[in-house]
Amino acid sequence: MSITCTGGSKVTPKSILVWTVIAAVSAAAWGVLALSRGEKVSAIWLVAAALGSYAIAYRFYSRFIARRVLGVDDRRATPAERLDNGVDYHPTDRRVLLGHHFAAIAGAGPLVGPVLAAQMGYLPGTIWIIVGVILAGAVQDMVTLFFSMRRDGKSLGQMVREEMGPIGGAAALIAVFSIMIILLAVLALVVVNALAASPWGTFSIAMTIPIALFMGFYLRVLRPGRVMETTMIGIVLLLAAIAGGGWIEQSAWAGVFTLSPQALVICLVAYGFLASVLPVWMLLAPRDYLSTFMKVGTIGLLALGVVFVMPQLSNEAVTEFAISGTGPVFAGSLFPFVFITIACGALSGFHALIASGTTPKMIQKESQVRLIGYGAMLMESFVAIMALIAASMLEPGLYYAMNAPAALLGTTAESAATAVAHLGFSITPDDLRAAAREVQEQTVIARTGGAPTLAVGIAHILSGVFGGAALKAFWYHFAIMFEALFILTTVDAGTRVGRFMLQDTLGNVWKPIGRVSWKPGLWGTSALVVLAWGYFLYTGVNDPLGGINQLFPLFGIANQLLAAIALTLCTTILVKSGRLRWAWVTGIPLAWDAAVTLTASWQKVFHADPRIGFFAQRERYADALAAGKVLPPAKNLDQMHAVVVNSTVDGVLAAMFALLVIVVIANAAVVCLRAVSAREPLPLAEAPRVESSIVAPSGLFATAAERREPAQVGGGDRT
Amino acid sequence: MTPRSILRFARWYVREITGASGYERYLTRHRSHAPGPPLSRREYERLRTDQLDRNPGARCC
Repeated sequence: MSITCTGGSKVTPKSILVWTVIAAVSAAAWGVLALSRGEKVSAIWLVAAALGSYAIAYRFYSRFIARRVLGVDDRRATPAERLDNGVDYHPTDRRVLLGHHFAAIAGAGPLVGPVLAAQMGYLPGTIWIIVGVILAGAVQDMVTLFFSMRRDGKSLGQMVREEMGPIGGAAALIAVFSIMIILLAVLALVVVNALAASPWGTFSIAMTIPIALFMGFYLRVLRPGRVMETTMIGIVLLLAAIAGGGWIEQSAWAGVFTLSPQALVICLVAYGFLASVLPVWMLLAPRDYLSTFMKVGTIGLLALGVVFVMPQLSNEAVTEFAISGTGPVFAGSLFPFVFITIACGALSGFHALIASGTTPKMIQKESQVRLIGYGAMLMESFVAIMALIAASMLEPGLYYAMNAPAALLGTTAESAATAVAHLGFSITPDDLRAAAREVQEQTVIARTGGAPTLAVGIAHILSGVFGGAALKAFWYHFAIMFEALFILTTVDAGTRVGRFMLQDTLGNVWKPIGRVSWKPGLWGTSALVVLAWGYFLYTGVNDPLGGINQLFPLFGIANQLLAAIALTLCTTILVKSGRLRWAWVTGIPLAWDAAVTLTASWQKVFHADPRIGFFAQRERYADALAAGKVLPPAKNLDQMHAVVVNSTVDGVLAAMFALLVIVVIANAAVVCLRAVSAREPLPLAEAPRVESSIVAPSGLFATAAERREPAQVGGGDRT
Repeated sequence: MTPRSILRFARWYVREITGASGYERYLTRHRSHAPGPPLSRREYERLRTDQLDRNPGARCC
């Protein structure tokens, strides 16, 4: 991607030619995607459409936002420069910070969401991932980052309170906390579904704990600060653990590592608690190094694989489920559920928490928000495109046999093949058994959650480049490991962050709880957080209707509603600071996001179809229960009870999320009206301007003019 | 862009992103800011990791 700097780029005949070619290639790729029907399309067109669109959006739209809308000012000192304390505030080279920021925002969401959304065909997903990131997701990340940077790195909740008032602030705080709980539960559910009854996967993941403990000890006692060396040792041990898993599976130990989903839930909850109360150097920090390395490495490998193998897409462009809304993977029609399901790859509210956390405290120059905020999100979106390719290249028969709920598919290859045929696709029982054998799993039937499907796709791509069919099982478990590893890192870190939020909030009521070092407070709040997500995880695992089917929409809604809060804040600040005419930049994505998410919430709460509306579902099962009947897929009265309880809780949560966001938006509307009608501009909570003395380039590559300036920070610009 | 400059950049990048160069930066900073002897590498790295105990970076989905 060509990235030029905001300062001093001139329009030359060469640049006009380059951008014309990029525009033409990307338009041609979009044309191919839009017009091909019935024949297989090469994934290379998806890649070309995505990269071309990103390049144009970065070069023109992000520059417009940085210069005209935000008014970035490189002569104004950033908090990193003003408050430099060598600890959390310190000016960091933009390329290093881009790496940190990307590692913090990238996770399982953009990998899992598109896999599930492939149910509607590859085209709706592709369009939303690319258009959504350009106009909404990357804009949200960049603008939130900028406003937080102008406020010394304040968090999203603090900014909402200061710029809107205590009501919006409280609503935002509750929303952030409850959304985090759902997020952790759903992510943990993805891991459970990937590891259940898989001794190979369970062994490799279990081994990451002793490996991390060893790394922690090594880094603390033996070789302090040698992170790279320690990580390398960890990676070697990790690869050995993946290879060892294949051996374990064949050995007498297989039984020990073949765990039921219920047993895995208990393990995960216990692990989450330990990770939250142990000092970070023991478990959390070394795991984070490992998972970040694996994450960035595998994403890079996958990008190479996709370009090298250029797989053909077997998925249809738009499936009939997109219109009928009766798909087995998740219920509901294209609008609004494709947007809810894709979530993180196009627009992710969670990024607003990162963009208002550590990153804004480390930026050297204001104009770098463009590279770090907008640029990192484009990279995340590309990860989502790759996940969509991996899912869409699988034969639809296999895709549905893996992703439809177990209740629909049954447990044998024969019953699954029949169920898939009912959906209108075909796969033979022998093919299903062969697919499981290829990746050395006991079964591939109803391996919901997206991770196993993605792993089959990744194994297909990577074995096409390295090792062929012989290494397919290794690559499958490598991919499972890579997803499980960084999902667990998210769960660790999320539990810890949730615990801090809880300690902070409860500390206002009773002081000792707020003290980070007071052990009973620490244990109590950690237990509360793990039990909260553990509850949803447990119900998800036991849900007769399929936990992913029930909970993933809730996760998507939660994440998109968080984005609505962030976009509302951005729009309010734009209006308050007298930039009403630019308010559409965040206002349009906000309007779209609010329309999508509130429609989805409304449908999840009030829809008359029991497959979509939680309360309709509750009523259907409660009525049957009152009559003493058992409705499939429930098998007995206990399961009937479970459905009634789950759909009530889920319905109440969906309604609560929507209400919280409506409160925030209403609060913002009042503030904006006041701002527009006031004669004087309303006061902002911005930190005062101080002249900067740092000189540093703004884009990924330093321009010729920037190179002539003395580089005072980092010093890595001579290359 | 010679192979050597690429290697040098890669080495610099890895050291920066893993925080391996943090201690050198601390020493430079210490010389110009604070009196007294600086922390040893071991003490510095302990302090740096323990800071994370109070301020865990969120990881996203």
